Amino acid sequence: MASEPAHALDRKLLELLVCPLTKTTLEYDAAKQELISRAAKLAYPIRDGIPIMLPDEARPLDDSDAA
Amino acid sequence: MSNSERPEIFDRRLFARRRARALERLAATSGDADFLLANAAADLGERLAAVSRDFPLAVDLGGHRGHVSAALAASGRVGTVLRADLLVEDRSVPGAALVADDAFPPFADGSLDLVASALSLHLVNDLPGALIQIRRALRPDGLFLANLLGGDTLFELKDAFMLAELETLGGATPHVVPFADTRALGALLQRAGFALPVADVDRLTVRYGDMFALMRDLRAMGAANILADRSRTPLSRATLARAAEIYAERHGDPDGRIRATFDLVSLSGWAPHESQQKPLKPGSAKTRLADALSALDAERNNNDPQPD
Repeated sequence: MASEPAHALDRKLLELLVCPLTKTTLEYDAAKQELISRAAKLAYPIRDGIPIMLPDEARPLDDSDAA
Repeated sequence: MSNSERPEIFDRRLFARRRARALERLAATSGDADFLLANAAADLGERLAAVSRDFPLAVDLGGHRGHVSAALAASGRVGTVLRADLLVEDRSVPGAALVADDAFPPFADGSLDLVASALSLHLVNDLPGALIQIRRALRPDGLFLANLLGGDTLFELKDAFMLAELETLGGATPHVVPFADTRALGALLQRAGFALPVADVDRLTVRYGDMFALMRDLRAMGAANILADRSRTPLSRATLARAAEIYAERHGDPDGRIRATFDLVSLSGWAPHESQQKPLKPGSAKTRLADALSALDAERNNNDPQPD
């Protein structure tokens, strides 16, 4: 069962998450607590450690977000 | 996010708001208004327990008060269960791994061993699209196990609303969402590329004191009308009262209680894998059909009583 520490599960989760719209890989921004989809130009928020994978709640990327 | 030309049947933003409110209310009370969900989750758990295979990584797509995650864990077949809450985080039950929309599952191709969904796919605008995305998220030989409302679900309520509106307003607007036919759902699974697709239906009849008690339950489940082209004016008290009367007259029991039908359609399908049984290729037969048939004929002739 969920015997691994929370940290390991988080990494496992991050590995399998993709952008819900484009199915492309995401960049993890630990400082901003966001998952960034370059393809969809959206940043999905992570609230209290829970990724919110909803386009409606994502922040549109602008020029200041250039990689 | 709606960037398609396809007409939207359901207002998913409204659904998210309704869900948030329903979850808050459920958390505040200790009611059992989520009995239908508990039932559906138990059904998934039982069907999973009957599969003789283990699933290291499963996603509970919908969250649903933790009922499904608990049922998956109890089946003894699943390693890790990730709970993906539907559109809104359910804070009353800690342990959500993420929040997702089941119309756009955010999982990498071939990453999951099991996807389970209870009572939510009937409210997705593009069900064929959702099924294809789920199938792609599964590893080869991964399992998709779901149930959703279909068939004649809530036909009594639909009927009562329509007749009451025709009588009091001279016209009718839809108040109950359309539900898919069981056979159509089986065909959709196949079209989405699932191997060994199965769809079957279980009818549940729930009895209530009156139509308002049923509507309270539906609201508590976050299942009130989310049709995109619903009427924006709420039904008048007179129309509602008339609908309740019609409901009791046409779909009531002798003891005065009313009946509500829920058709729970169960779906299962596997991501294709070469180990699965499949039909032989055309032309690969080792015996001619004609030989088999004439052998049968000969046998039948031998067994026939001979004249004289």
